[in-house]
Formats: sequence, C-alpha cells, structure tokens
Amino acid sequence: MKNNKPKGKSVSYAKWGYIFIIPFFLVYFVFTFYPQILTIYNSFFENYRDGLTQIGPKFVGLDNYKALLTPSDQGTIDIVKYFGNTIIMWIMGAVPQFVFALLLAVFFTNTRLNIKGQRIMKTVIYMPNLIMASAFSMLFYTLFSNVGPIKPLLVHMGILDKTFDFFFVTISVRGLVALLNFLMWFGNTTILLMAGIQSIDESLFESARIDGASSTRVFFNITMPLLKPIFVYTFITSMIGGLQMFDVPSVLTNAKGTPDRTVMTVIMYLNNYLGGSNNYGMAGAISVILFIVTAILSVIVFKTIDRDKD
Amino acid sequence: MDKKNKRASMQLAAVRALVYTIIIFLCFLCLFFFVMLFVNASRTNNQLQRGFTLIPGGHFFYNMKNAFTDSSIQIPQGMINSFIVAAGAAVFTTYFSALTAYGIYVYDFKLKKLAYTFIIAVMMIPSQVSAVGFVQLAYKYGLNNKLWLLIVPSIAAPAVFFYMYQYLKATLPLDIVEASRIDGSSEFATFNRIVLPIMKPAMAVQMIFSFVAAWNNYFLPALLLTRPEKKTVPIMIAQLRSADYSKFDMGKVYMFILLAILPVIVVYVFLSKSIIKGVTSGSVKG
Repeated sequence: MKNNKPKGKSVSYAKWGYIFIIPFFLVYFVFTFYPQILTIYNSFFENYRDGLTQIGPKFVGLDNYKALLTPSDQGTIDIVKYFGNTIIMWIMGAVPQFVFALLLAVFFTNTRLNIKGQRIMKTVIYMPNLIMASAFSMLFYTLFSNVGPIKPLLVHMGILDKTFDFFFVTISVRGLVALLNFLMWFGNTTILLMAGIQSIDESLFESARIDGASSTRVFFNITMPLLKPIFVYTFITSMIGGLQMFDVPSVLTNAKGTPDRTVMTVIMYLNNYLGGSNNYGMAGAISVILFIVTAILSVIVFKTIDRDKD
Repeated sequence: MDKKNKRASMQLAAVRALVYTIIIFLCFLCLFFFVMLFVNASRTNNQLQRGFTLIPGGHFFYNMKNAFTDSSIQIPQGMINSFIVAAGAAVFTTYFSALTAYGIYVYDFKLKKLAYTFIIAVMMIPSQVSAVGFVQLAYKYGLNNKLWLLIVPSIAAPAVFFYMYQYLKATLPLDIVEASRIDGSSEFATFNRIVLPIMKPAMAVQMIFSFVAAWNNYFLPALLLTRPEKKTVPIMIAQLRSADYSKFDMGKVYMFILLAILPVIVVYVFLSKSIIKGVTSGSVKG
C-alpha cells in the first residue's frame, strides 16, 4: 500500500512546513525586524519631545551621528568616554572571570586531583548567574553604602578611612560593578570551559602523562590549543554582553553613572535619550554605533586570537 | 623509587590543598552576600543600625508583612505581573520554538533552507538594536502598558529555535512521524501528542532559562511600563534605589530584594542539576 503513494509524497505535506513556521516569522518581522529597521531609519531623523512639544520627525541626514561625535565643552566626546567606561569595567570583571574559570575548569577535570564535591561546588558558583542583576546590584548598594554594614566593618578593622564613601570614588564604583559582573559570570564560564576540556580526547592527556609532561606543559601544549575555539567563542560572547552592560551600573548609581559620569555605559546613555525625552533620533544613532562597534570588535578579537595560532 | 613516589604524593597533597582553598574561597564569595541578605531581611531597622552580624534577627515575617503592605512599592502586584510575563514568555518561547524547529526539520518545502539560514544569521544581532523602534511603536499605538507586549515577541527566539532543532535532530526518528500519519493522526496532533512528549527534557530546560531571563529583565520593561499597577519586580527594585533612602526601614528594603530573587532561588534549589546540564547543551545562548 505504502509503495503506491506518489513518488514526491513529501510535497503533499509541504504546506504544513509553512504553517508550522509562520507564527515565528510573523512575530519576528513585526516585533523584531521592523523595529530594527525603524531604529536605523530613526537615526537619520530629528525626533524628540521637549516638554510637551514634539520636535520633528524631520530628516536631518547624519546630523545625529555628527552630534554624537562632536566634543563637548570639556573637550571629551561623550560616546567615546562611555564606550571607554563600558570596556574598562568589562575588562576589570572579565580578567578575573576568565582566569578563575580556566583554573576551576582545569581543576575540576583533572583526574589526578580528583576534586570531591564537584556537583555542589558547581551549583554554588553558577547560582549568581540566575540572580536578578538589578536586585543583586541593589543588595550591593545597601551593603556597601554608608548606611550598610560593610563600611563600618572595614573602618573598624582599620582598612578604610571614616570619610571614605564607596559611591563617591570612581575606582570603587567601577570595582563594585566589576565584582558583580565577575560573580555573576565566572560560574557560567567555568561550566562552558569544562565542557570544552571534557570534549578533548582523554588519551591525549593520558599519553602526555606517560611521557612525563608536567601539568603546566599539558595545559599550555594540549589543553589551551584544543580549547581555543570554545574559549574564543566564550570570550566574544562575554564581550558582546559586556558592551551591553546596563542593569548593574544603572542600579548602583541610580542611572546617573556617578562619580562624574565615569560609570556611565553606552546603554545607560541610550536609555537616557529613550526614557527621558523619547529622543528616537539620538537613541537610534547610538544603537547603530553600538551595533557597528560590536561587530568590529568581534572581528578584531576573533582575528587576533586566531592569528597567534599560526 | 619509593622515595620518589612519596615525594610526588606529598606534592599532590599540597597542590590539592591549594586547589580546595581557591574553590572554597570562590564558593564563599558566591554565598556570602546572599547569606547576609537572608540575615538582614530578618532584622528590624533598629537591629540593623547596630552593625554587622551573621545571626538572624527573628523578624523575618514581620519584615515580610511590612514589605507586602508597603503603599508606594506594591511588591505583591509586581510579583504577579512578573510572573505573568515570565510564565507567558516561557510557554510561548518553548512551544513555538519547538513548533518552528519541527516544521523546518520534518517537512520538505521550497523555503526550508532559506528559513533555517535566516534564523541562524539573525541569532547574533543584539536585542538592543530593535529596542528603539520597539519602544517607539509601543507608544505610538498606546500599547506600552500592556503586559502581553512583553510576552508575544518571545514566540520568535532564534537561539531557542536552534537548541530545539539540534535536539530534534539528535532524538526524533522520522519513522515515528510516518507511523503516526499511517495511524491517521493529523499533522498538529502528531506534533502535540507524539513529538512534544519526546522533546520534554529540552522544553523543560528552555522553559526554566526563559522564565528566569524574563523574570530578571529590566531594560525594556522599564522603558514601557509606566503605570504603577503594571510594573514588574526589577522596576520596583530600581525604584527603591531612587527613593529617598534615609527614610526607609532597612529591614523592609532587604526583604524587597529577597522577594525579588526568592522565586528563582527556589526553582534553582530543586532543578539545579538539569539547569547546569542545560548551560552546556544550550551554549549557543551565551
């Protein structure tokens, strides 16, 4: 019976393929694709609210981009400064994040070390990744602010001066942002790198050990080269995520990026334009610049890390 | 030989001690702030003024009652709103991603290849790029305070689609689909009654991740939800930060923060094993 069916039997089901994927594409085009196009389109228009009056929309060409790249009175270009802030804070968190994640991944997968209690340890270090970033930041604010318990403790121990305020000093606010990002992400990175190491053929480690190679040599000559694709992937994803940093610095500094806007990130800047005056023109231009910078940085990082292999 | 072995094993013991110290220190760092949160959420404002301690204050439910009845920050309403959005997003994301993955995997049609390539290509575009246009449209059509506006877009989640597609490829034999057709099952019935049960583990993992992501989401909801009775939890937490701090009952503030993260912690305590497994298998999510 089955053989009697026409040869191209799948053709008769083709319409079901379309029916099943229509919801996805319909929603994608309405709620993601069209807004994306609109974002780019907006960036060429003057379109904002000044109090109760609506200004524009009026086509202004590249004026929004020009405005963004024009130095302010203090001689700094705001968006460059905010990109700098974002990248500095990302690096401050990412360096310990990747160092410790790499260490832990190597420890956990080393059969000679044979670490006990791995499951509970992984459970603990991954947990901060699921915690609401805004709530975690608010917790840090309450704990580290002047009314919180940590400052008096450190003053009592003689580490801090009584007049010190965690939220008045650039390095300490950036440090707190970095610490939060580190805590939230190193567990996730550990688990990803562990999976990468576990996918390396065990016999390679085995034979290296029989040849008497030290753990450091095994790490640099076997683990790292073979882990590289996953390491690069994790690194770039972390960087893209870092460029979009928002919740943590925003809640810690009450959306102000204090002190002296040294903690203001690119998305906080975008948010200021979008939230306050519905300035779709400037916000659109910032989005486009962020998108371009993200793409360029990803390519550069990928190329440099890929090059030193040869 | 014996001497050499002994030295090697002593060296290993030393390395092991160092390794355990590092791991335990990091675990301590991960737990410390949350232990402090639990402790402080159980202390009254007066107790908190007296400084640092790790001994609970015994006023946990007193603070909880105060937090629940606060007039300016309506946390129960916020939790209900957050739950609606997170649960809705989780169900929509997983069901429609599975449906789309199944549609592309099982059927042969002209645009099949194009559809697949398109979804993979747009996977890397950061969500912020669409935010400006999205906010503009929401205000233009007066939809900014509608919770469903935060749920419906989750139907199209490229990364979840990719995960489901990989899962289908690894687990679904096409014979099953063929067999159920011969039994006279309609295409939708085959998907809902036969394929979905097979995909249960993948659905569960993605449901948890999308629930948590939506529960924690702050950026977009904060731009859209302006009416107090529509606000979600992260917006209320940020409001706490902008309020005049000196007037606050600190016990209540800690309780607000605890309530914001408690649902996720409860889920995690029960499902940590499969969540951690899901981190690696869904690594494209990043």
